[in-house]
Amino acid sequence: MNGIKIVVLAKQVPDTRNVGPDAMKADGTVNRSVLPAIFNPEDLNALEQALRIKESYEGVTVTLLTMGPVRAAEIIREGLYRGADDGILLTDRAFAGSDTLATSYALALAVRRLAPDLVIGGRQAIDGDTAQVGPQVAEKLGWPQVTYAEEMHFEGERLIIRRRLERGVENVSAPLPLVVTVNGTAPACRYRNAKLVMKYKYARTDTELQAESSDYIAAGRPAIKITEWGVDAIGADPEKLGLSGSPTKVKEIENVILQSKESKRLTASDGDIESLVRELLENHTIG
Amino acid sequence: MNNLFVFCELDEGRPAEVSLELLTRGRSLADTLGCRLEALVLGSGLDGIENELFPYGVDVVHLGDDPVLEHYRTMPYTSVITGLFKQEQPQIALMGATTTGRDLGPRVSSALHSGLTADCTSLEIGDHYVKKTDTTYKNLLYQIRPAFGGNIIATIINPDHRPQMATVREGVMKREIINKNYRGELRRIDVSAFIKPEDLAVEIIERHMEARKVDIKSAQIIVSGGYGVGSKENFAMLYELASLLGGEVAASRAAVDAGYAGHERQVGQTGVTVRPKLYIACGISGQIQHTAGMNQSGKIIAINNDPMAPINSIADYVINGDVAEVIPRLIKYYKANAR
Repeated sequence: MNGIKIVVLAKQVPDTRNVGPDAMKADGTVNRSVLPAIFNPEDLNALEQALRIKESYEGVTVTLLTMGPVRAAEIIREGLYRGADDGILLTDRAFAGSDTLATSYALALAVRRLAPDLVIGGRQAIDGDTAQVGPQVAEKLGWPQVTYAEEMHFEGERLIIRRRLERGVENVSAPLPLVVTVNGTAPACRYRNAKLVMKYKYARTDTELQAESSDYIAAGRPAIKITEWGVDAIGADPEKLGLSGSPTKVKEIENVILQSKESKRLTASDGDIESLVRELLENHTIG
Repeated sequence: MNNLFVFCELDEGRPAEVSLELLTRGRSLADTLGCRLEALVLGSGLDGIENELFPYGVDVVHLGDDPVLEHYRTMPYTSVITGLFKQEQPQIALMGATTTGRDLGPRVSSALHSGLTADCTSLEIGDHYVKKTDTTYKNLLYQIRPAFGGNIIATIINPDHRPQMATVREGVMKREIINKNYRGELRRIDVSAFIKPEDLAVEIIERHMEARKVDIKSAQIIVSGGYGVGSKENFAMLYELASLLGGEVAASRAAVDAGYAGHERQVGQTGVTVRPKLYIACGISGQIQHTAGMNQSGKIIAINNDPMAPINSIADYVINGDVAEVIPRLIKYYKANAR
């Protein structure tokens, strides 16, 4: 499909896969500052799908859309290094505390303003694992959705998508406009392109530029602009954002304290292992 | 009105295991609330399906039986369910955290502007007091789940929006027939009243579904490997031990992510919940997402070389050593001692 416009939904997430012992503060809250912030893994799979379509057709554009603090501009640069054309950072205090529904409200408004033909996102983000935002955005747009995608290509004006389900695969055909969420089983994202890194190294949002004191920027050299949108830019109703716009509330957070059992401590020695095996056989746990 | 609904998914024309588990939990929650338990089934050619649901204490089965619903598709299912929910105004709606439930749930919650909590590990009924407005919300659904890399357990509530929606993985709740003679009421849904032509935009071209091959849920003995096993090749030892003991091999999420084992073997919050007689955790640190899926095992043996690993605190036996050293010894001494 020549000339289509693709929006890739992406999120910057704390790397919960490598949570160390210092990830929790003494008061039981999460110490975000010690967790590295990364491009949500399945959103990279999504970006790859978008870039493949861009390569296969003429005039396709790929725009990254992310919501988060100013720091989240990092993943837009990361996307630009890998081949995205531009990026939008949705950032505003009013967005803070949004649950998946309030988040999808904001994202859907931003998508409307961008008016793409196709929205592609990761199946889920590793900090919540909910897999809700993609379908919720699709519903707010009134568009069909195809989730768990691992391969896609156009046949005529319809996208043919292979979905990876629990017990098999399903191939579907869907018209545009469409929201697709991509599974981690889809091809990994390509690496950064050195030329693009040079080109976009100094891509900055306005807020970043104001805070920036690098020599390059100070010398007044042109920096490529990353667009920043707040509540007004997307015409959002602040009541539908943040805590007030979120039907789900966190009632309680408990630190995980595993209840200790009386465990028998053994070594890997032949003697210890053999007596364990005998004990398990005697009490009919095995055998 | 304001009853508890369970969306019952089908598995080859029969109610899915996870849906029956949710009906069982739903029955006891409905008893606590003093409301009815209602099941919602969509599909094609489902005559008599209600009889498989009533024994779980279902008071009403809403049946949408139409060729257009033969296979799950997002939009027609969403339209029927949101349409029915607008009429029936359920206070709680539960569905399985399957590929279907996780596609459908957020769509329905977005259409109804009601909150949805994914992958709950526990559902309870309780009150909530808001100090600021001096308001007490009675009988809310506590949607309890590990969050943030499993370092915390969060209780989520939806005070002001209905239905309160939650998804739960298969195996988390127990399935139990309440009374095999329990009889509820069957109500047929007029599907055509809810489905619009544009709901059929996405077409299924073909489906290749495989019968469930690996069944770690019903295994009595599970040999489970984590990232600490080190490689796919090292997993071979686990298979050898499992087959010797008549058990199955399972894996932690980290091991599945690393490609050591298939997703169908994953134990934990985002995998399967198991309750075997014996669970041997090899090279598994024991993050809460993992232990949530196996901490009700009869006996737990933890094999790892980290004396501080969280898994050790729930284990009956802790073997401090390398998995690659311990497993061959277990195999050797089992062979030597078993009759």
